[in-house]
Amino acid sequence: MALVELREIRKTYHLGGETIHALDGVTLDVQAGDFTSIIGPSGSGKSTLMHILGCLDSPTSGSMSLDGVNIHDATPRELAKIRGEKIGFVFQFFNLLPKLNVAQNVELPLIYQGISSRSRKEKSMHALKLVGLEDRAKHRPSQLSGGQQQRVAIARALVNDPRIIFADEPTGNLDSHTGEMILETFCKLHQEGRTIMLVTHDPEIAALTPQKIEIRDGKIALDVDAKLAGKESRFKLRGSPEPNP
Amino acid sequence: MNLLDTILVGIKEIWAHKFRSMLTMLGIILGVSSLVAMSALVKGMENGMKEALVAMGGLEKVRVEAQDDLPVYQKHLADQAPGLLMQDVHALQSGAPLIENVTPIVEQHGYRSRINITYRNKLARPWRIYGTWPGILELEDHRIEHGRMFNEIDNEMARSVCVIGVEIRNDLFGDPEKTGKEIIPVGEVIQINGQPFTIVGMFEHYMTEKERKEKELARLEALKNPQPQGGVVRDKGRSGSGPSGYVFRLKNNSVFIPLQTMMIQFRAAAGADETADPKLSGIYMKVKDISVLETALQQIRNVLQVSHNGIEDWTFRTEEDLADGIQLTIANFRMSGVIIAAIALVVGGIGIMNIMLASISERVREIGIRKAVGATTSDIFIQIIMESLVIALLGGFMGLGVSVALVHSITTFTPTENNPVITIEAMVFAFACSAMVGMIAGMIPAIKASKLHPIQALKYD
Repeated sequence: MALVELREIRKTYHLGGETIHALDGVTLDVQAGDFTSIIGPSGSGKSTLMHILGCLDSPTSGSMSLDGVNIHDATPRELAKIRGEKIGFVFQFFNLLPKLNVAQNVELPLIYQGISSRSRKEKSMHALKLVGLEDRAKHRPSQLSGGQQQRVAIARALVNDPRIIFADEPTGNLDSHTGEMILETFCKLHQEGRTIMLVTHDPEIAALTPQKIEIRDGKIALDVDAKLAGKESRFKLRGSPEPNP
Repeated sequence: MNLLDTILVGIKEIWAHKFRSMLTMLGIILGVSSLVAMSALVKGMENGMKEALVAMGGLEKVRVEAQDDLPVYQKHLADQAPGLLMQDVHALQSGAPLIENVTPIVEQHGYRSRINITYRNKLARPWRIYGTWPGILELEDHRIEHGRMFNEIDNEMARSVCVIGVEIRNDLFGDPEKTGKEIIPVGEVIQINGQPFTIVGMFEHYMTEKERKEKELARLEALKNPQPQGGVVRDKGRSGSGPSGYVFRLKNNSVFIPLQTMMIQFRAAAGADETADPKLSGIYMKVKDISVLETALQQIRNVLQVSHNGIEDWTFRTEEDLADGIQLTIANFRMSGVIIAAIALVVGGIGIMNIMLASISERVREIGIRKAVGATTSDIFIQIIMESLVIALLGGFMGLGVSVALVHSITTFTPTENNPVITIEAMVFAFACSAMVGMIAGMIPAIKASKLHPIQALKYD
């Protein structure tokens, strides 16, 4: 059984009397350990797909399960619990709380699970070590560079030891060099066996990931199998033109 | 998310906006402090009025007084009206088991009856002179400080003895505050309208709680920086004005003599045929238990109806009217106080709600992030309510402090008849009110915040 199973997921919005099909029957499986990129032009529905995958939104119809739990009929409360326990998010704009220091930001998901303060501190320090920022624990997000902030966000996504990590354009707001470092961090996490889904509009970044899904007009256009991209070729692919069907 | 974490987050949030939060708290501070201060003022007033009530003999006291004006339907019987007589006293003693300490009184108005008391070359005008029985001591809550009350033998023998109030002593022998020494006039012979009376006792100096405190304070200050004695001392005038002060001053300006003495020495020429006028001014008595007041009054009524042949030339007076008046006055003051404080608290609550709404619209993104990492609707709801509650409770707490200072400064700068009293009940009530205001004010912002959709909140700029 796949970690994430989507069956005929549809999402419709009503905007001023017009019905928009953001997702129009998406079916896909994500296996544990996959490193998948979702690509597509803006307006293709890739963000909507990620929101549904990330339990931030519920589909209009279709069924979905994550780690064996049915999501499509879960209550908002249950969705919040799943987000807190099984999912880690990395956003384009980092989304750290400016009033909290780095360690407190990383602790945030644990607070809502009722984990004791001591255990929260241990876990957040551990997560910061994974991204190499343990010496910045007392800093404010505003005192860090963009790349460091994004690594803090990754630490926050890791702190609850999630089953799957979603990253929405994690390099979109960074210069290419820093973006590369962030992508390296993701690759490292993938090698450690984590399941990662990465949303991007950049085919070069998508080329780094073993699995690729392309979304067009709310439908899956292409599902590239893992075997097509070898792990050794990741960085060689960078900068070279990507065959784009 | 556990409660302690939530409270800590709330306090941090408030600390992050110190000035704004302080301004918001101001409304609650004012509300709570005005609530406590108002209740303290009303409590002080109530205490003063109750003090006066007790000084008059309390609720159990019933006065039967002679009434010259008969009811319209008995006008033609006026010449047969017997008036209050000693026989009524005996009838009440034997016929009304629910009352005790039946005491007849003959009262002379000091000024109207031109009563002069002299001692050597000093003159005193008493406000009242009473001929009565020793039982009056209990009925009017008198306390003897020096000497003794006249007793039944003094009464039987119609001895020329008297017990005086402190002001009479001050007029005749000198005020200890001016002469610097306490004069105990017991044993001295004074002239009441030219007739010699021996002072056998003197009452204590009756004064309101406030006067007592002022005296105490003055004494302490005098100890600290003693003034040179001697020379002419300025008369500072009479103190203790106001409705409750009157009772105390009346008592201080009274003279009591035995009833028989009064009858023989002051009433002999008043009646027809050069016999003493036997009419009493009143009969005072005490109801054994306040719970049977109505029944006791009926007994008195029955007895007097018989002894007066049904002629209603007498009337009842209880202190119930006064007590009711006190209750009503207090209730009115309390109501207006509560309304003022309630308005202040509502305004404070609106302030909190306003600031919480502003705060959440600033923090839409934060709420989105918190939701994305696992905060439930109720986590967010509780967080916002807690912030609002913390503001209100801090405000409430400061308000209690301010109220103490406020009441203190009221007593210092504008001394009133009765010192305001801050009660624990008022403080607890005001604090509970501030908590409630915080909860209610936080409700709408909290619902708004918790209902935010995580995606929309994350996209919000």
